[in-house]
Amino acid sequence: MGRHAHAVARRTRPAGFGTAGPGTGTVTRYVLRRLFQALLVLWAAYTATFALLYLLPSDPVSLMLRGGGEESFATPEQEAELRERWGFDQPPAIQYLTMLGLALTGDLGTSLTTGQPVVAALAEALPPTAQLAGAALVTAVLLGGGVAVAATYTRSPLLARFLTALPPVGVAMPTFWVGLVLVQVVSFQWGLLTALGGETSAAGLVLPALTLSLPVAALIAQVLSDGLRAELARPHTTTARAKGASRARVHLAHALSGGVLPTLTLVGVVTGELLAGAVVVETVFSRPGIGRITATAVEAQDLPLVQGVVLLAAVVFVLANLLVDLLLPLLDPRVRIGARRPGGAAA
Amino acid sequence: MTIPSTPSPSAPSDAPDAPDTADTPGTAVAPDTPLAAVRARPGAGLSAALGVFVLLAGWALWPSLFSAHDPLTGDTAQVLVPPGTEHWFGTDHLGRDLHSRVVHGASLTLRATFLAVGLGALAGGALGLVSGFAGGRTDGFLMRCVDVVQAVPGLLLSMAVITVLGFGTVNVAVAVGVSFVAAFARVTRAEVLRVSTATYVEAARAGGVRWGGVLVRHVLPNSAGPVLSLAAVQFGQAVLAVSALSFLGFGAAPPAPEWGSLVAEGRDYMVTAWWLTTLPGLVVVATVLSTHRISRAFDPETRRPV
Repeated sequence: MGRHAHAVARRTRPAGFGTAGPGTGTVTRYVLRRLFQALLVLWAAYTATFALLYLLPSDPVSLMLRGGGEESFATPEQEAELRERWGFDQPPAIQYLTMLGLALTGDLGTSLTTGQPVVAALAEALPPTAQLAGAALVTAVLLGGGVAVAATYTRSPLLARFLTALPPVGVAMPTFWVGLVLVQVVSFQWGLLTALGGETSAAGLVLPALTLSLPVAALIAQVLSDGLRAELARPHTTTARAKGASRARVHLAHALSGGVLPTLTLVGVVTGELLAGAVVVETVFSRPGIGRITATAVEAQDLPLVQGVVLLAAVVFVLANLLVDLLLPLLDPRVRIGARRPGGAAA
Repeated sequence: MTIPSTPSPSAPSDAPDAPDTADTPGTAVAPDTPLAAVRARPGAGLSAALGVFVLLAGWALWPSLFSAHDPLTGDTAQVLVPPGTEHWFGTDHLGRDLHSRVVHGASLTLRATFLAVGLGALAGGALGLVSGFAGGRTDGFLMRCVDVVQAVPGLLLSMAVITVLGFGTVNVAVAVGVSFVAAFARVTRAEVLRVSTATYVEAARAGGVRWGGVLVRHVLPNSAGPVLSLAAVQFGQAVLAVSALSFLGFGAAPPAPEWGSLVAEGRDYMVTAWWLTTLPGLVVVATVLSTHRISRAFDPETRRPV
C-alpha cells in the first residue's frame, strides 16, 4: 500500500527521467521525450534483471540442472558443454552485450525447460491473461469508483462509515484466499459459475476477474474518495452549488472531473500489478496464461523465461504510465505542457 | 478474530479515535451524529487490533501454550472433523488439528515477515540516507535505480529473487524484503531532504559538527518517524506477500505449517472441508487488518487508512 501511495505521489510531479524543465516546447517534443524515457526505463530494467539473474553468485547452468533442489546427474564435462552452448562461459560483459543485442532484435532467448523461444511462450500466454487483467481492471474501476462515489455522496453517516471501512478490508484480504472462498461459496454452495478447470468462457472469467480486481478496486476507492472529498471542499463546487446545480450534478460533473485525476495516475501504476496478481489468480483457478508460466518458470528456475516475464511487466508498467501521462494533460489543463504547477518539482 | 474482519456499525474496526479525526477535516462525519459516541470511546478498533497483535505474538513465541495438539502428527480416527469444541478449527485430511497448525505456523510466517520488513527498512533506509544526504549525482543515480525497480510489481520482483535463491522460508523473506527496498529508500530520502534543510542542522554544521555527527545525531533521529510508520504499514503487506509466495509453493517444505501453504493444502478438500482454506485465510486477514490499524495509530500525521 505504501508503495502505491508513494508511487502516486511521485507520478503526480513531472516525469522522472531527465530534466523536466517547464515549458520546453511543443507536444511532439513532450511525447518524444516521454517515449525516450520509457525506452530508458526498459533498458535499465533489462540490465537490472540481467544483473540479478545472471551475475549474482548463482550459476545458471547448475541452477538449471539442480531444478529446485534435486541432485544433478550431469557430469562436469556435460555441464561445461551446456555452459558453452548457452554462452555462460563468456565473460559477463560479453554475455550482457550479446544478450542485449539479441533482445533488441526481439529475441529474449529460449526457455531452459521447454526449449521454446521466450517471446513465443509469452505471446502464446498473453491473450488469456490480457483478457483476465482487462476484465479485472474494468471491474475494479466500476467497483472502486462506485464505492468512492457512494461513500462521498451518501448523507447517511452510518453508510458512509461502512463504505469507508471497505477499502482497508479489501486490501487486507489475500488474493489467493478470496479466490478460493469465492469458488467455495459461488461454485460449490450455490452451484453457479463452475470456474475451475482452465476454461476461458465468459462465465469462467467472472470469478477470476472479480478476485483479481478486489485489491485494485480497494485502492481506487481509497484514492478516488480522497480526491472527491478534496474537490468537494474547494470553492468551485460551492460556487456550482450556489448557482443552482443539483447535488448529484456537482458531485458527478464538477467534483469528479477534478477528483478523478489522482485515480487516473493510480490506474497507470497498478496496471502492472495486475500481472503479478495474475500469478496467484491463475494458479487458484487453474487458468492458462502469463501467471501460470511465471509460477512454473520460477519453480523450474528457468532464468530466461523469468527475465522475459519481468520485462513484460516493465513494458506494461511503462506503457500504462505513458498512456496516463499523455491523457492527463487532455483532462487537466493545469498539467498541460508549459503550464506545470510550480510546486511540482519539490521532492 | 472476527472483530477486525467484520466491520459492524456498532464497533467498526476502522473507527478512528477522537484524536484521529481532529486533523483530517472533510473525512469525518459531522460531530453531532450518533457516531460521536463511538468515537468518544477511545480506540474500540485499536484495542481489538492490539489484542489480535498480542495474541499473534504469543502464538509465534510460545506456540505450545496456545495449542492443545501436535501440529505435525495426525489422529487417523479424526480425519476432516469440522470445527468444534475439541478441534477449534477442525482437522485436515491426516487428522492434524488445524488450530495447532495455524498457531505453530505463526512463528514461521511472522518470522519471515519481520525479516522481510527489517531487511527492506535497513537496506532501503541506508540507500535513502545516502541518497538524500549526498545529493547531486549520487542522489540522481540512486533514485533512477529506485524508479526502475518500482516499474516491476513487487510480487514478480520477489519471484525473480526466489528463482536465484531457491525455495524456503528465509529465501521468501529475503525476496519480499528486496521488493520493499525501493519504497523505504524513497521515504527515507524524502525525510532526510526535509530534515537536512532544518535550521538545527544548519546550526550544527555552522557550529563545526562533522557530517557524520550531523547525520547520526540530528538527521537520523529526526527522519525516523515516517520510516517507522511505513515499516508498520509494510508489515501487513509483508504478511500478504509471504503467505502468497508460500501459497504458490515457494516457502518451507510441505509438513511445515506456513499460513499460505495451509491454504494451499486445503484446496484439495474445498468441497468437503471448507474450514481448511477459510480459517487460515481469516487469520491472515485479521493479522493484516490489525497491523494496518496499529500503524495508523502510530502515524504522527494520521494519514488515511491503509
